[in-house]
Amino acid sequence: MGEGRRGVVAKVSGPIVVAKGVEGVELGEVVYVGEERLLGEVVRVSAESFTIQVYEDTEGLRPGEPVEATGRLLTAELGPGLLAAVFDGIQRPLSEVAKVSGPFVRRGVRVNALPRNARWHFKPLARKGAKLSPGDVFGVVQETPLVEHRLMVPFDVSGRVREVAPEGDYTVEDPVLTLESGGRLVELTLKQEWPVRQPRPHAGALPLTEPLITGQRVIDAFFPVAKGGAVAIPGGFGTGKTVTLHKIAMHSDSRIVVYVGCGERGNEIAEMLEEFSKLTDPATGRPILERSVIIANTSNMPVSAREASIYMGITIAEYYRDQGYDVTLIADSTSRWAEAIREAASRLGEIPVEEGYPAYLADSIARFYERAGRVRALGSPERVGSVTILGAVSPPGGDFSEPVTVYTLRFVGGMWALDTELAYRRHFPAINWIRSFSQYADTLEGWWSKNVSPDFPQYRRRALRLLALASEVESIASVVGESALPDEQRLVLLASEILKEGFLRQTAMRGEDVFCKPEKQYWLLKLMIDFFERAYELVKRRVPVEEIARIPEIYEMQRVKEDERGLEAVKELYGRVMGRLEELAGKYGLRAGGSA
Amino acid sequence: MSDRLLEKVAELYSGKVYRGAKELRGSLLVVEGPFSAAYGEVVRILDADGRERVGRVLETGIGYALVEVLGEVEGLSTDVAIKFTGSTFKVRVSEDVLGRMFNGRFEPIDGMPPIVRGELRGIEGAPINPVAREYPRDFVQTGVSAIDGMLSLVRGQKLPIFSVSGLPHNRLAAQIARQATVRGEGESFAVVFAGIGLRREEAEFFIEQFRELGALDRMVVVLNLAEDPVVERLMAPRIALTIAEYLAFDLGMHVLTIMTDMTNYCEALREISAARGEVPGRLGYPGYMYSDLATIYERAGMIKGRRGSLTLLPILTMPGGDLRHPIPDLTGYITEGQVILSQELHARGIYPPVNVLPSLSRLMKSGIGPGRTREDHPYVADQLYDAYSRGVRARDLARIVGEMNLSERMRLYLKFADAFESEFLSQGFYENRSVEETLDRAWKVLSILPEEELVRIPQRIIEKYHPKYR
Repeated sequence: MGEGRRGVVAKVSGPIVVAKGVEGVELGEVVYVGEERLLGEVVRVSAESFTIQVYEDTEGLRPGEPVEATGRLLTAELGPGLLAAVFDGIQRPLSEVAKVSGPFVRRGVRVNALPRNARWHFKPLARKGAKLSPGDVFGVVQETPLVEHRLMVPFDVSGRVREVAPEGDYTVEDPVLTLESGGRLVELTLKQEWPVRQPRPHAGALPLTEPLITGQRVIDAFFPVAKGGAVAIPGGFGTGKTVTLHKIAMHSDSRIVVYVGCGERGNEIAEMLEEFSKLTDPATGRPILERSVIIANTSNMPVSAREASIYMGITIAEYYRDQGYDVTLIADSTSRWAEAIREAASRLGEIPVEEGYPAYLADSIARFYERAGRVRALGSPERVGSVTILGAVSPPGGDFSEPVTVYTLRFVGGMWALDTELAYRRHFPAINWIRSFSQYADTLEGWWSKNVSPDFPQYRRRALRLLALASEVESIASVVGESALPDEQRLVLLASEILKEGFLRQTAMRGEDVFCKPEKQYWLLKLMIDFFERAYELVKRRVPVEEIARIPEIYEMQRVKEDERGLEAVKELYGRVMGRLEELAGKYGLRAGGSA
Repeated sequence: MSDRLLEKVAELYSGKVYRGAKELRGSLLVVEGPFSAAYGEVVRILDADGRERVGRVLETGIGYALVEVLGEVEGLSTDVAIKFTGSTFKVRVSEDVLGRMFNGRFEPIDGMPPIVRGELRGIEGAPINPVAREYPRDFVQTGVSAIDGMLSLVRGQKLPIFSVSGLPHNRLAAQIARQATVRGEGESFAVVFAGIGLRREEAEFFIEQFRELGALDRMVVVLNLAEDPVVERLMAPRIALTIAEYLAFDLGMHVLTIMTDMTNYCEALREISAARGEVPGRLGYPGYMYSDLATIYERAGMIKGRRGSLTLLPILTMPGGDLRHPIPDLTGYITEGQVILSQELHARGIYPPVNVLPSLSRLMKSGIGPGRTREDHPYVADQLYDAYSRGVRARDLARIVGEMNLSERMRLYLKFADAFESEFLSQGFYENRSVEETLDRAWKVLSILPEEELVRIPQRIIEKYHPKYR
């Protein structure tokens, strides 16, 4: 075996292995187990023995087989080659695994996270003799046509530049810079490592003032997420968690997307790979896969590696944040991650507190979401980056009072609550507008006022009020029948229907409505709210609601979102709708403006 | 007695044999001795009466092993002889399995000899590498309107039927197995059937159906009956899938695997988990049930560069008809949709009683539309969902406020819902509809509504397919 400290397996029970015969084993240390050198991590240490969580299938493993403790913590390998790759939970690139073991993932396959033979074109930015501190950018590599990879001095190193490699092509193992630090020489390469369970340090957190534009109206306009924020997306099965998250991954204005498929379906990863290779970035025409990192530990892959996958993902996200990029980390699903924690805890015989989860679950969830944020990076030149976390939650039975949902909601700034009823009606995204919330909405109003329209916040509030009102009227209607309602209330139902179908519902997979620009979101909202309020005045002044329901533009308002002329079509329709209402006002002898 | 055991041992086993277990706890044997067993290793156990059982190592340490006995434990004592086989549980796969029937230990139950030719494979399987998966998009025409029109199945999908005891889920599964074809290929599916804790007459129903189909040489049956050992309920689906994987990915066949009843599987899992003394999760089911079910369902799919496909149609009966029960709930989180049968529709005499609103096919979008089914298909399906959900709401409302108090619009939707159920949903057990016929029927019921209500269908599609324009 290698040069690590060696011991023997004493007991095997599923992924939990007890070993002994190694001195000074540390918690979190990486261990290779058995003749096949299965990867594991130390989860408990006692005087005579230590317990390992193994990240691969242990069938066939016997007591007496060797173990090797490496003295290293579980780390992520960071450097060019992360983008456009698909890794499993312990950062094995799955396309390399396929080359070794065919279409099925066999165990014991050891491949490097970053390719060793690829050559990257390195441009040095540091000069000989310069003094470099942790986090300083010393060179760049064009990792993909979409992303410039900024090479940073590792956090445990600083010193004077002794030597810089000239611009040229290097592998991730070639030394490109030599630093002299306290009399000793440190060689830097294009890659570095970071222990996944520790947050990467930064120079300070910044306020969250900019929205992540997702192009999904219900999110951007009603329940926005700020760059650097964290949002939970709970929903029962079939409510569209994954579809919503895929859309955001594909269309949002994030520079980098790290997608962690944690205990979910294999076909979803296959689909994502196809879509990400096909869909191009509008500015450059390059596939968006080139700005994405995918971590796929599907539901049938080892549960223990599923636990690690979330940390692997967030560490990679922080690494690109430190380079000065806005990164979105999508975790689908955090419930499967929590279950992996529960399974390990149960095998270790820890005391379950709620639904079998260990007492430290809330703490694990908190520490994960705390790694979101917008920060000033360490080192120079000055860089600002962010990690936005979008975490899917899969509550058993769609019940939001279960522990994972409850704990998660304590540590996030927003919730997009997915609704089974809406999903049954095929109203997607099935984000419930009554139950969802966003604490970022208030601070982001400034952005909307400045960049879109000063009266956007007004319209947003009026629209939300209309929806709340409609939900009350609906419950009345379910008792007395719609035809027994007064005209004003029937108008509320009509207008809310238009808003739901014409604004909130956004299911297109292609074409105009896949991504809705902020300005168009504003105009659609303005169209529907101004229509409602003007029509309300008319109805109050005895114009029958049937007259309003009959105007042909009602149908158009529900479809204009898909009109290929985009914003122009909305503006043009706005003029016609308002004109039509004034016609009606005239017909009933009411003057425009409603002040008669 | 012990002498008899010794004689038997000499006759049956060669090499090292261990005598006596330390403890027998339910189906778990604690065995001590100077050995080191492999995790998951298969163990042969001979009891004092000379009866042989098979077991599996559940936990292993230096000088001891915890063995789970597969099969009946009645009559077992600690006076046993134990032989470690040195290997984990495997089945032999070759073309010879076609047309055969096995029990949950892979022993033939059709009176024919065991399989001797072919490769040995572990029944747990290995996960398909996500990057090696081919995303499924070949539409399977089942001839059933509810499924083809609104819950389209594609090759390589895992689409369960959620049902309730007493509903015709077995008939629906049999009808799908009989009628399923891929458009333009005509090639029929090979069927692998896993019966899990089935009553004998249920098993016979399926076998009779397949016989009628004349497809016995293109099918494999793995049968664990209600009276068979509980542990083997956990093995039957895995054996079936190991065979199915072989047929699909080695022989390049298109395989439809039907597994029924997965509720019996989950209950066996709970029973065994309880016997092992594990921490129970919701309703006593083990916390790892999600992951365990995933290792079954995720074996469906297609692989890049391989010709075949493995389509999975599991059936489960929801305890108490409750969709939120852990069994349907966890299944729905893993599978690519679900077809839910409704007692209410069944009581009204509608077959198949598919409640389309909570049902879903996640892969539908990739399998339908121009070049696959027909260009109007996605829009029509969308509009049917919208209109039917309104119709059902109108029906609920009418029960409270009376039909007379509904608005004129709601009354139309109510009329639509009735027509949808009688003209579109319901069909005969031997009625095989083409997807064109299904879509034309959909248009017919949609034409009950005024054209302005069809907001989910583009104008040009309406003008091309609406009965008014044709």
